[in-house]
Amino acid sequence: MEKLAIEQLQKICTQMRRDVLRMVHAVQSGHPGAPLGCAEFFVGLYFDKLRHNPDFNMDGKGEDLFFLSNGHLSAGWYSVLARSGYFPIEELRTFRKINSRLQGHPATEEGLPGVRIASGSLGQGLSVAIGAAQAKKLNGDDSLVYVLMGDGELQEGQIWEAAMYGAHYKVDNLIATVDYNGQQIDGPTEKVMDLKNLKAKWEAFGWEVNEIKQGNDLQSVLDGLEKAKSMTGKGKPILNLLYTEMGYGVDFMVGTHKWHGSPPNDEQLADALSQLEETLGDY
Amino acid sequence: MSLDLKFTYTEKKDTRSGFGDGFLEVGRKNPNVVGLCADLIGSLKMGAFQKEFPDRFFQTGIAEANMIGLAAGMTIGGKIPFAGTFANFATGRVYDQIRQSVAYSEKNIKICASHAGLTLGEDGATHQILEDIGMMKMLPNMTVINPCDYNQTKAATIAIADHHGPVYLRFGRPSWPIFTPADQKFEIGKAWKMIDGKDVTIFATGHLVWEAVVAEAMLREEGIHAEVINIHTIKPLDQEAILESVAKTGCAVSAEEHQINGGLGDSIAQTLILHHPAPLEYVGVYDQFGESGTPTQLLEKYGLNAENIVKAAKRAIERK
Repeated sequence: MEKLAIEQLQKICTQMRRDVLRMVHAVQSGHPGAPLGCAEFFVGLYFDKLRHNPDFNMDGKGEDLFFLSNGHLSAGWYSVLARSGYFPIEELRTFRKINSRLQGHPATEEGLPGVRIASGSLGQGLSVAIGAAQAKKLNGDDSLVYVLMGDGELQEGQIWEAAMYGAHYKVDNLIATVDYNGQQIDGPTEKVMDLKNLKAKWEAFGWEVNEIKQGNDLQSVLDGLEKAKSMTGKGKPILNLLYTEMGYGVDFMVGTHKWHGSPPNDEQLADALSQLEETLGDY
Repeated sequence: MSLDLKFTYTEKKDTRSGFGDGFLEVGRKNPNVVGLCADLIGSLKMGAFQKEFPDRFFQTGIAEANMIGLAAGMTIGGKIPFAGTFANFATGRVYDQIRQSVAYSEKNIKICASHAGLTLGEDGATHQILEDIGMMKMLPNMTVINPCDYNQTKAATIAIADHHGPVYLRFGRPSWPIFTPADQKFEIGKAWKMIDGKDVTIFATGHLVWEAVVAEAMLREEGIHAEVINIHTIKPLDQEAILESVAKTGCAVSAEEHQINGGLGDSIAQTLILHHPAPLEYVGVYDQFGESGTPTQLLEKYGLNAENIVKAAKRAIERK
């Protein structure tokens, strides 16, 4: 894949944010907040770092794999998948509608290219990614496995079962990322269930932690992801702590849990889109 | 006077050993087969595979939810994971993981569940799961298999490795008669008519197939000719075999080491009510938890033995 200039990548981020807002607005359901906050991550990964093939096959031998554990970020993921060539951009129109491949939460049943496992019920994706990473090692395949989790999702016990296992088996071809936005449905994570010192927690479990302090600055994200890649292959799984702001890019959505799972109305959509220039053409 | 049994045995063995020996065999045959176990390698008889293929075996520690997720991930890349633990922890504890990451995602995983049912024995009700068949058969895409003895369990273990899709394989702990042939061909979804009869059909699964064989001989002494059908695959259910038999006998008994709610009996009842209404009596656990005891004591106390199958058969015949 030809490397894109940062200006071009920035345009994709803006367009992805427009896609997300228009998709959840159209069906008046879905989760805009977190995908808006993860645009730089998704675009940096799919358009720069990931060695992948949009001619999708389930086994993905010889390619880097990405798993979305926090499946409610589906609108953002679908936008990036479509815009990197996995399926027609037009298909974003069908998000959450009857007879669509773009289910509310990602699924394999309808055969949407790019999706390798269902997610939505939280806490399961890290285990899946570790299993896929171990299968790569068994196959002598030196490509990498990525997984994105929410910070609220870390309240699920299975995450820590997987964390213990990943370090025990030295799964060092895995780069996990926590979307560290400090918000969840019922409020700020520190009020709902305080995560305390995540860096210390992951390190105590035997992981190498890479902090990406400016998760909504594209260059920082690209540098952070590159650094994470350089940390692989050294006997430890890698954990990116990606500091983002939920709802980033829209002034009235940023930094609050309010837009975790609520779509904008017509007026709010117009206001939000006016803050995000159409760069690559709306679907 | 000894019974004139249509099937006999010279040796007893646990069905979990049939699984362990079959697992080693598929490991030798197919390099994509991998094993996972949540700290019960000895109990599941997975040690021989682990010893011969250490790089293809993953001890997960006491973390069943993670084990199911790992197995799902390993299928991506073409592995065929056999994930083993006690039936209780292989189903109820990880139902959501199986539902989302395995069944809905159609992953080629074999969930290998030992120590199912009352015959787990002395450990008591915390470990004696009697709801697992129901939970697993309700999941779309899931195949549910409960073989009856060592030989059938071994044959089933080998067969599921070649079947693409999620499978729940249920087996047990107690030493049990080996009464089916060592060289049997195991066909998933194909019921096995073991004994021909005309008065009543006994549909049995798992350990209770042996009890059904004994019950058939007891009934025959009283002039009642029971047909015995071994339903090793509860899903997909061989409806054709069930309907063909009941069309002839006119009534049926289901026998299983499981709650009557949601088990094999309910699957047969559904088949009959939709296609050929006929009297059906259930031999199973009637909406209670088990308790500590020896397998024989428990099967007797909860009515899961040949004597109770005989009584149920007579009730079914009376209702014709």
